[in-house]
Formats: sequence, C-alpha cells, structure tokens
Amino acid sequence: MGKIVAGIGSSHVPSIGVAYDQQQQESPEWKPLFDGYTPAKDWLEEIGVTHTIVLYNDHGTDFFYDKYPTFAMGAADEYPIGDEGWGIRPLPSVKGDSDFSWHLANSLVLESEFDLTVCQEMVMDHGLLVPLPVLFSHQPDWSVKTVPLAVNVLQHPLPTAKRLWKLGLGLRAAVESYPEDVRVAVIGTGGLSHQLHGERFGHMNADWDNEFMDRIEDDPKSLIDISHKELMERGGAEAVEMMMWLGMRGALSPKVEKIHRNYYQPMLSGMGLTVMADAS
Amino acid sequence: MSTDAEDKENIPGTSVFTGHKSKKGYALNRFAYSLHEENNREAYRENPDQYMDSCGLSNWEKEKVNARDWKALINDGGGSIYMLIKIGAVTGDGLVAIGAQQRGESVEEFMKSRNVPLRQNM
Repeated sequence: MGKIVAGIGSSHVPSIGVAYDQQQQESPEWKPLFDGYTPAKDWLEEIGVTHTIVLYNDHGTDFFYDKYPTFAMGAADEYPIGDEGWGIRPLPSVKGDSDFSWHLANSLVLESEFDLTVCQEMVMDHGLLVPLPVLFSHQPDWSVKTVPLAVNVLQHPLPTAKRLWKLGLGLRAAVESYPEDVRVAVIGTGGLSHQLHGERFGHMNADWDNEFMDRIEDDPKSLIDISHKELMERGGAEAVEMMMWLGMRGALSPKVEKIHRNYYQPMLSGMGLTVMADAS
Repeated sequence: MSTDAEDKENIPGTSVFTGHKSKKGYALNRFAYSLHEENNREAYRENPDQYMDSCGLSNWEKEKVNARDWKALINDGGGSIYMLIKIGAVTGDGLVAIGAQQRGESVEEFMKSRNVPLRQNM
C-alpha cells in the first residue's frame, strides 16, 4: 500500500536555480543555503523515497491569467522543463507516474470532494524545479517520480490556508488507498517572507519565518485559520505562498519526527527548509 | 460590501494582485507572458513597438514599457511582477532594478539594505 514517509517545506526562490546551474554551491554567498540541503538529500535517499507530490505555483510558465486554475495536478509520465524567459535549464524532464496521478485524482475528487483540474500535459516551472534537484539525484535521470500540484497563490481570490490544509488531508487518504507500495515525500514549496509588488518591495521577516517553521513542525493546526491579510502583513504580499507548506503538513501524521532544518535570509526572501519524517 | 481581496489592499506599501488588477493589466501581462517563447522574444527585440502593437498594447502601456516605468506599470497598469520580469529577460532589467524603482531608491541604495548582496538577484 502507498505510504507517506516524509514531508518537506522548501523555498523555491529562482536565484537558487541559477546558482545551482552555475555550480556556486561552495561560494560564500550560497554555501549557507546549499549546505542546508545536503543532509536533507542524503536522508531522503536513505529512506528510499519512490515518489514525490510537489505543491508549487506556476509563475507564468505554463499557465496565464486567461485561465488560471486554483488547483491543477499533472497526470503524465513526463513533464518538460519550461522556458520562463531565460531559456531552458539543463535538467532532465521531470519523471511522472500517470497511473498514480489518476488514482490521486479519483480519490481527491470523489472521496475528498476536492475538484482539481487534471493536466495530461504540463510544463515545469521554477516553483517545482528549484527544490527538486537539490533534494533528489537526477543524473542521468531522476531517482523519483513526481506528481506536480499547482496552486493559485498569484491572482486573488486565492484558496484559504484551511483549504490547503484539507488538501493535505485528502492527499494522505489518497496515497494510503493506493495499492502499490509507493513511498511518498510530500513537498510544500514557496516563501518564506518576501514582497515583490509595491513600495515595501524587499520586505523580509526572519522572526515570523522561524515562528512559522516552528508551528508547521509542532503545531500546524494553529496556522489553519490564518488569513491572507495576516500572511501578507507579516511576511509580505508574496508570502501567501507559505500556505502550500500547510498543504504538505496536512498530509503528514499529527506528530512528526524533525529531521533537519535550515534558514538563510540573504537578499530578497527568507529561504527556509524543513524536513520531517512521518511518525505513523 | 467590498471583497476580502480588495480589503487586503489596506496593507501600507503593498500592491495585491486582485481580479480587478488582472483585468486592467490583461493585455500588458499577456504581452509580457508571451516572452516565455524565444520567437516572441526575438520579435520584441527586433522591433519593440511593432511587437507591442501586435499584442494590442495601449499607447500608455507602450510608453511606460519603453520608459521602464515599472512602478507605474504595477501601481496603475495592473502589471504582475511575475509577467513583467519576462520583459526584463529581454531588456536586461533585473528584479532588483524593478524593486528599487518601486521603493524610490537607486539600485546601489537598495543593495546596501540587504544582508548578503547576491549576484543572482531574482
């Protein structure tokens, strides 16, 4: 049967992808960030993750505001790397598992009443492509199969934090009803504090970021009623992305084993990482 | 009654990308979004005004894009940063330049306020 073995919260700041491709892992500016991912990657390999479900948002790679889905899940066996304006990153196409995706879709829509847009073609965005290569080996090919789950955190009205939490609960039920022995890591991406629109551009809040990570790990239910306004006031307008970490956390056991954590706040965004083992 | 999303606009210095903004900035954002394709970047590079005309931009929008007036495009034009940054991919304007302008600062001033001034600044 399917089992959720790990939950990960990770920022998806695009400059991390640029620095990764330029092999700046050892540069003084980037070492504090990349060193945080090494133990996470090693642990994920050790526990034998076969599949990931990644909650992320598309920043105008595959989706535009002509039709911008609130929740869109991939159901393909391969997902091409997108061109976001700067060319295509040197990564292998993301490996999918359409059978697993369709199972998740059936369970989410019919059992959890979570009406998703299901996409048989989907082009990958930095929201997913920043965290995935720093967490899983991918040369010559990915060590895991991935289900991309895109969430609207760009164009208001956005889904609520509570809705993301419920999505996580639905994902857990869906994974656990899958007959194959998949070992799943759920990854919530985005944040932490950052603001890109308005005079408060560059706003960051390390205290809030660390409080948020504490609560995600130890007391996630205390976050499910948080409003968009509070998320934006404390973390900046674009920090609403942090709701996707709640989707990840909802998919885990109430108590978790804390494996690893990292925080770095160099430039425009709080860059957070938390890795948790499911305790069930 | 105003919508919840509009209420959020009361956060000082904060522009929230609401449905109303998305409607207002639709042509502008669609033009910027189109630059995720290399052939469109090429067309824009070769003849900016002609390409913007083909995307249905108004004179005000073309003027502000040509002037790199990001602040006006965001505050008054309904521009979404995630789309506008793709214009920067062609013109060479980075996120820091767009951000510093919104704050009313020079890039140098803005960089002094950062913990670690990274070379990649997206």
